[in-house]
Amino acid sequence: MDFNLVLFYAFAAIAVGATLLVVLQSNPVYSVLLLIGSFIGLAGLYVLLDAPFVAVIQIIIYAGAIMVLFLFVVMLLNAPREEPAPPGILESGMTRAVGAVLALAFALELAWALNHSRTLATTDAYDMPRSFSVPDIGQRLFQEYAFAFEATSILILVAMLGAITLAARRVAERSRRG
Amino acid sequence: MDSYIIPVVIAQLALLIGVFFALQISAAVMVYVERKVAARIQQRMGPTLVGPYGLLQPLADIIKLAMKEDTRPKAADPILFALAPIISAAAAFTAFAVVPFGAETDLFGLLDQPIPLQVADVNVAILWVFAVTSMGVYGIVLAGWSSNSKYSLLGALRSSAQMISYELSYGMALAAVLLLAGSMSIREIVDAQAGTWLYVIPRWFVFLQPIGFFIFMTAGVAETNRAPFDFPEAEQELVAGYHTEYSSMSFAMFFLAEYINMVTVSAIATNLYLGGWHGPLLPEWLGWIWFLIKVAFLLFFYVWMRWTLPRYRYDQLMAFGWKFLLPLSVFNLLATAAGVLYFGF
Repeated sequence: MDFNLVLFYAFAAIAVGATLLVVLQSNPVYSVLLLIGSFIGLAGLYVLLDAPFVAVIQIIIYAGAIMVLFLFVVMLLNAPREEPAPPGILESGMTRAVGAVLALAFALELAWALNHSRTLATTDAYDMPRSFSVPDIGQRLFQEYAFAFEATSILILVAMLGAITLAARRVAERSRRG
Repeated sequence: MDSYIIPVVIAQLALLIGVFFALQISAAVMVYVERKVAARIQQRMGPTLVGPYGLLQPLADIIKLAMKEDTRPKAADPILFALAPIISAAAAFTAFAVVPFGAETDLFGLLDQPIPLQVADVNVAILWVFAVTSMGVYGIVLAGWSSNSKYSLLGALRSSAQMISYELSYGMALAAVLLLAGSMSIREIVDAQAGTWLYVIPRWFVFLQPIGFFIFMTAGVAETNRAPFDFPEAEQELVAGYHTEYSSMSFAMFFLAEYINMVTVSAIATNLYLGGWHGPLLPEWLGWIWFLIKVAFLLFFYVWMRWTLPRYRYDQLMAFGWKFLLPLSVFNLLATAAGVLYFGF
């Protein structure tokens, strides 16, 4: 058996298993950690796809920076357990019916997406130029996709300014009252 | 498997195990050096009783730690409390995996093809170090949270805020070196520094990047939580910071991780700015001696600084990181980029 295939199944199992546990167990701190595990599994898959740069960036940005913020929020809100659903909601027929329809829709969507991606993989994906080196990525980002890149930057800047404005307003109100 | 590959695989495994133990020994040596140098700076003798010149003191410390009871607070989260020191120590070892420490060697003709003195030559090595360091933060954060103690939690919060703030300047300083070398592999960056200018000055990047070197070392000290930036464990305020509740071997793991991280930062600084294993007099295959000398000097500098400079105040640390170091590193990066683009260094 191909060694890469073994690695693929190992990383895929880590990613899927960890992601399932994120939802299935109820301690939010564990959920954050399992999500990090799932990101690391994904990073492994990227390495198998000959994209070590994407893999490392995935770990630095998602598993490193963003999940630290998640962990901070969970830790500082001190929510050790998820609240159980209030009684009655899960039993009502209406909730069940809506839930069943949504679940069915999601399952169909997933099946369609998987089917679609398989056709994609057999035709286009392997014909694509498989160069993921850092200079290549840089050149594509700043030439071919420069507009999308700059638009994303502005979007993030707007979000940052919004957060600062909200925080600053609260501080100003408090100082006015005090 | 072809027969000529097997000796190479064995040599690489030996290298792996060798690096693993060398890192542990370096931590023990650093404990001794730290105590001796501290004592000398404060006009004391330091450890003298265990072995000649107190040389066996680290061994005695390890035995003492191993014999102690491993306690856990009743209200602590048992799984995370056990996991946190493991994450810290594992991240410390893993980060060193991509650090080369010598030129390629065939071990006096024992091997058919030369192997690099390095556990793994990854072409995104610099980013790998970043990724693993950012995983190491979790060891500290989880230790602080799972202990269920206010000192631990405050220490962990300070530490992670500090590491995240200084990682930006650290990365910007590194990016300037990447621009000069045109590669992300540490081995290629070191090889770009071979040779001399005007037959005298070695082509080390520290001469092209003096500001970058200053930023890198400052941020490196902050990343490893060492004095004068040792807020996470400011003993006058926080008892011992994030590892307050740890004892015995789990405490030893944090201790080990801290010293290995110091060694890693010094080794990377040596490779990126001080020319790695390139130096005069010694032949290429003995370059690792130069490497060890340079790393030892940087480690001594760490210890020297700890016992010379007083600790900053926390707000001073944050102001220094965000308002001085970060703008300086952005300026340094822009200046380097302009230099590479217009003058072609």
